[in-house]
Amino acid sequence: MTMIFGIPVQALLGQLLVGLINGSFYAMLSLGLAVIFGLLRVINFAHGAQYMLGAFVGYLLLTHLGIGYWPALILSPLIVGVFGIVVERLALSRLYDLDPLYGLLFTFGLALVLEGVFRYYYGVSGNPYTVPPLLSGGTNLGFMFLPNYRGWVVVASMIVCFGTWALIEKTRLGSYLRAATENPRLVQAFGVNVPLLLTLTYGLGSALAGLAGILAAPIYQVSPLMGSDLIIVVFAVVVVGGMGSILGAIVTGYMLGLAEGLTKVFYPEASNLVVFVIMAIVLLVRPAGLFGRDA
Amino acid sequence: MTSAAPLLAVRGLNAWYGESHALHGVDLEVFGGETVTLLGRNGVGKTTTLRAIIGLIRKRTGQVVFDGKDLMQLPLHRTAHQGIGFVPEERGIFATLTVDENLILPPVVAEGGMSVDEILDLFPNLKERRNSPGTRLSGGEQQMLAIARMLRTGVKMLLLDEPTEGLAPVIVQRIGELLATLKKRGMTILLVEQNFRFASRVADRFYLMEHGKVVAGFPTGELADRMTLLHEVLGV
Repeated sequence: MTMIFGIPVQALLGQLLVGLINGSFYAMLSLGLAVIFGLLRVINFAHGAQYMLGAFVGYLLLTHLGIGYWPALILSPLIVGVFGIVVERLALSRLYDLDPLYGLLFTFGLALVLEGVFRYYYGVSGNPYTVPPLLSGGTNLGFMFLPNYRGWVVVASMIVCFGTWALIEKTRLGSYLRAATENPRLVQAFGVNVPLLLTLTYGLGSALAGLAGILAAPIYQVSPLMGSDLIIVVFAVVVVGGMGSILGAIVTGYMLGLAEGLTKVFYPEASNLVVFVIMAIVLLVRPAGLFGRDA
Repeated sequence: MTSAAPLLAVRGLNAWYGESHALHGVDLEVFGGETVTLLGRNGVGKTTTLRAIIGLIRKRTGQVVFDGKDLMQLPLHRTAHQGIGFVPEERGIFATLTVDENLILPPVVAEGGMSVDEILDLFPNLKERRNSPGTRLSGGEQQMLAIARMLRTGVKMLLLDEPTEGLAPVIVQRIGELLATLKKRGMTILLVEQNFRFASRVADRFYLMEHGKVVAGFPTGELADRMTLLHEVLGV
């Protein structure tokens, strides 16, 4: 058996794959957080709950309406996105003129309410969501066995991340978004409907969380607490990448997922800690984050 | 334009920054095709007047009528669509947007604006830098860009806040030529300017502001007769 640093190659690649899959979710979630924070200046603590909501919408569509994975892949983010839009219109938009702390407290409260409701009806144990037939089974890559669904998640998340990046960096709508991130009042004085842009951005960020949720459903189980388990790590990712940096959020998401995977191989005891150790070091050396602009 | 109604009519405009009462009943009129300059010392409310007209200051009372429409009732993002553009003192060039993106950022609000190619012919410096970040431009180029991007939108009137501030004399001269070109194309301009010599070359009329009010108004032809007053109020 081939060894690298005294570790079997299979084990190393296996953990790197797990890291890459976790990283895919970190990237998609921190991307949504970064987009929302950049424009709305709201630290969206409900992001984990919206991710959970995405998974649950898929689960409920399947169990109650018999709607399968592929339609749910469109419907879940759509429903969570509309939910986000309603939340922004009814509540968040009223808090913009206040201290940013209010937005944080509101979304934190919203997360607790959502989790509480789902915990009341569905308990804390997870509900299984079967892998769609098209992606069941696996492929032997020669050096390791890759479950097809996990390969799909990595590819899908890269498409989503690249698509969102291109939307923001390369389109006219994206240029409105970037400009409004810098100076919302002036962009509005130019005649751009900035309040609408804020609503759509929160909807987009929520939809990204919902999409991550439905993608995650067949891998992790669908559980009311799946979001709160993940969101703390995702916040660390955003801090490392730099608040509000789109590219930073994506790259850091994958990097920290891989770092976690590697740690599992070499020093498993630290694998849950490594992200936070990296965060502490980055905060000491570069407080604005790896990709952040110094304020 | 023979119509006797002014394009922009401001009457009894009051504005506040928080608790601080900054404008105390500004009255002014700008007719179509005119270039009018607001003069006054620092802090008398010239910038505030422009920001209250465009609606960036929401705590305001009085009348602002543009092209027959009441601007006071409109949300900020509807104001530009009436045909009025604002170029702020700090220029407002976006660092995360390229020169090109900065140029096409303000939405087209009416027909009759210039095309991007026409604008770039007018501003050859910008043409060479289309893909660099907006804030990599020099101060003068940023000012050119800030004015240039309004020309695409088809607005009838520009509110320009101190376009020559901090710029070298040769650039100031170019901005003067630019304003003359715009005037020839029929653009109406309300200008705030500290550079009195520059203002006297480009303006048709002046309003003099003191303590948040317009205290005098006169055409450029009467400038010589008014020098005593100007010395007194401006210290020029």
